[in-house]
Amino acid sequence: MSAPAAELVNTSKRYGEVQAVRDVSFVIEPGEVVAMLGPNGAGKTTSISLMLGTRKPTSGTVRLFGMDPKDLKARSRIGVMLQESGVPGMLRVAEIVELFRSYYPAPLATAEAIRMAGLEEKAKSLVKDLSGGQRQRLYFALAVCGDPDALFLDEPTVGMDVEGRRRFLEEIGALATKGRTVVLTTHYLEEADQLARRVIVIDHGRVIADSTPAAIKARVAGKRVTFSTGTRPDESQFAGLPLNSKQIEDHRVRLLTNEPEQVLRELFRRGVEIQNLEVAGADLEEAFVAMTHQQTQT
Amino acid sequence: MSTVTARSATAPVLPMLARQSYAEFVKLFRVPAFSVTSIVLPTMFYAFIGLGQAKEPLFPGSAVTFGEYFLASMALYGVANVMVLGFGISLANERGQKQDLLMKSTPLPAPVFFTAKALSALAIALISIVVLGLFAAVAAGVQLDASQWLTLGARAMLCSIPFIGLGFALGYLAGPNSAPAVTNLIYLPTAFASGLFFPLRLLPQFLQNLAPYLPLYRGAQLVWDSVGARTEGGSIASDWLYMGAYTVVFFLLALWAYRRDQGKKFN
Repeated sequence: MSAPAAELVNTSKRYGEVQAVRDVSFVIEPGEVVAMLGPNGAGKTTSISLMLGTRKPTSGTVRLFGMDPKDLKARSRIGVMLQESGVPGMLRVAEIVELFRSYYPAPLATAEAIRMAGLEEKAKSLVKDLSGGQRQRLYFALAVCGDPDALFLDEPTVGMDVEGRRRFLEEIGALATKGRTVVLTTHYLEEADQLARRVIVIDHGRVIADSTPAAIKARVAGKRVTFSTGTRPDESQFAGLPLNSKQIEDHRVRLLTNEPEQVLRELFRRGVEIQNLEVAGADLEEAFVAMTHQQTQT
Repeated sequence: MSTVTARSATAPVLPMLARQSYAEFVKLFRVPAFSVTSIVLPTMFYAFIGLGQAKEPLFPGSAVTFGEYFLASMALYGVANVMVLGFGISLANERGQKQDLLMKSTPLPAPVFFTAKALSALAIALISIVVLGLFAAVAAGVQLDASQWLTLGARAMLCSIPFIGLGFALGYLAGPNSAPAVTNLIYLPTAFASGLFFPLRLLPQFLQNLAPYLPLYRGAQLVWDSVGARTEGGSIASDWLYMGAYTVVFFLLALWAYRRDQGKKFN
């Protein structure tokens, strides 16, 4: 009965010269909420497309609920939000939700899907008159209207306003408590931290980490050192320091290191003018930056 | 989770087709650039060109009036126009906006999608010939037997079928920006060269030589025949055969264009 919601086995995908996904394997069980993280072009969208069957793997196997992802029986159990996809502008919001409902065997009521997306006041508007954020909410309504067992959301909150995002995260949380599987890609690390119990980090087409947000943070046992400087810092001032990562924006410096004491001692010795010093445990974002950074150096 | 196991695996096809057809119809109908040109244009041509000389014989001594000839011509022009533009331009636009990306990941079967598109275009084609027929009867006083009206309507609708394939192929071959130009560039001159606006014998000789190979010309013979205005001696059966062959060719072309597009996007 309970085949994995989605499964990639030694899957690779190449577009011409570009190797988008390299020998990736993972299993997503029903009821899991999984965030896929990674920089632009890392292979997140391609991985989602493979799971949806809109892209064919160059090699390896992809299964959706134990079936070929192209199988309409498998597709009838999922809802999707995709980056950059379009919808007919000349339909009204309620009409297109009605239409998408008809594709699924046991859909939600139209009003319920519209409510979940927070589009009650726009139900009679033409799709072409929606703002970018409202359009994103409409995509969410279309993804959930079939009452799917699994949701695949590619960068779902891009373009949403604060209120839209808050409501969206609540609804996703509610779906997760109802046992629905949610797979989302995101740039917003706090979203992953807040929603997901599992994070898959992808970089250069490979899975470089796959565990809980906490475990990923722990993997980088370092500390975050942030401070500002009176004069614009010089790259050479950081030469030879035991750093996992370094970000300099104008006068603001963010370092990630396993040996904060030694780094600070050395910086003082080198005469770097340090103000507003903070030392704290690394959050998911730094863990992520450090991990992808390590990966590129190997 | 008992509801999950109890429910059927996929949605029933007929309600899906009904919803999809309605949506496709509304999508076309709400774009004035499309609905006005599809529904009003044939009637407008009739008002400008046909009305003034509706009662005159098509040729000196012929029993058929220009009004009857031009009614049949514009009926065919109208329905084929809906297919070529309706499919061609709307499909090209939808591809341009990446609507196919989202549709592709829903459980909507591709045959349902295309059937719905064809049905919606047929509905608009039917509206266009009803409007034209009413106008010709009321304003130009064209009088046909009930059986002639029905034959004309049925033949015009049947003759639109190969153009569904052609429009579909254009929709997958042309880009969203070039689609209107390409379709008009192909369609208008072809309609002219097939004798839809002026009887063929008034056109230059090279067009008269070319015309018999054009699908609109073959369709025109069939609709003209229904009002007694046939211009060629050949048999009706051969016209149907030509239309059948064009249907096969255009649909194969459409299938090839569709596969080519899908291969680029979803491989």
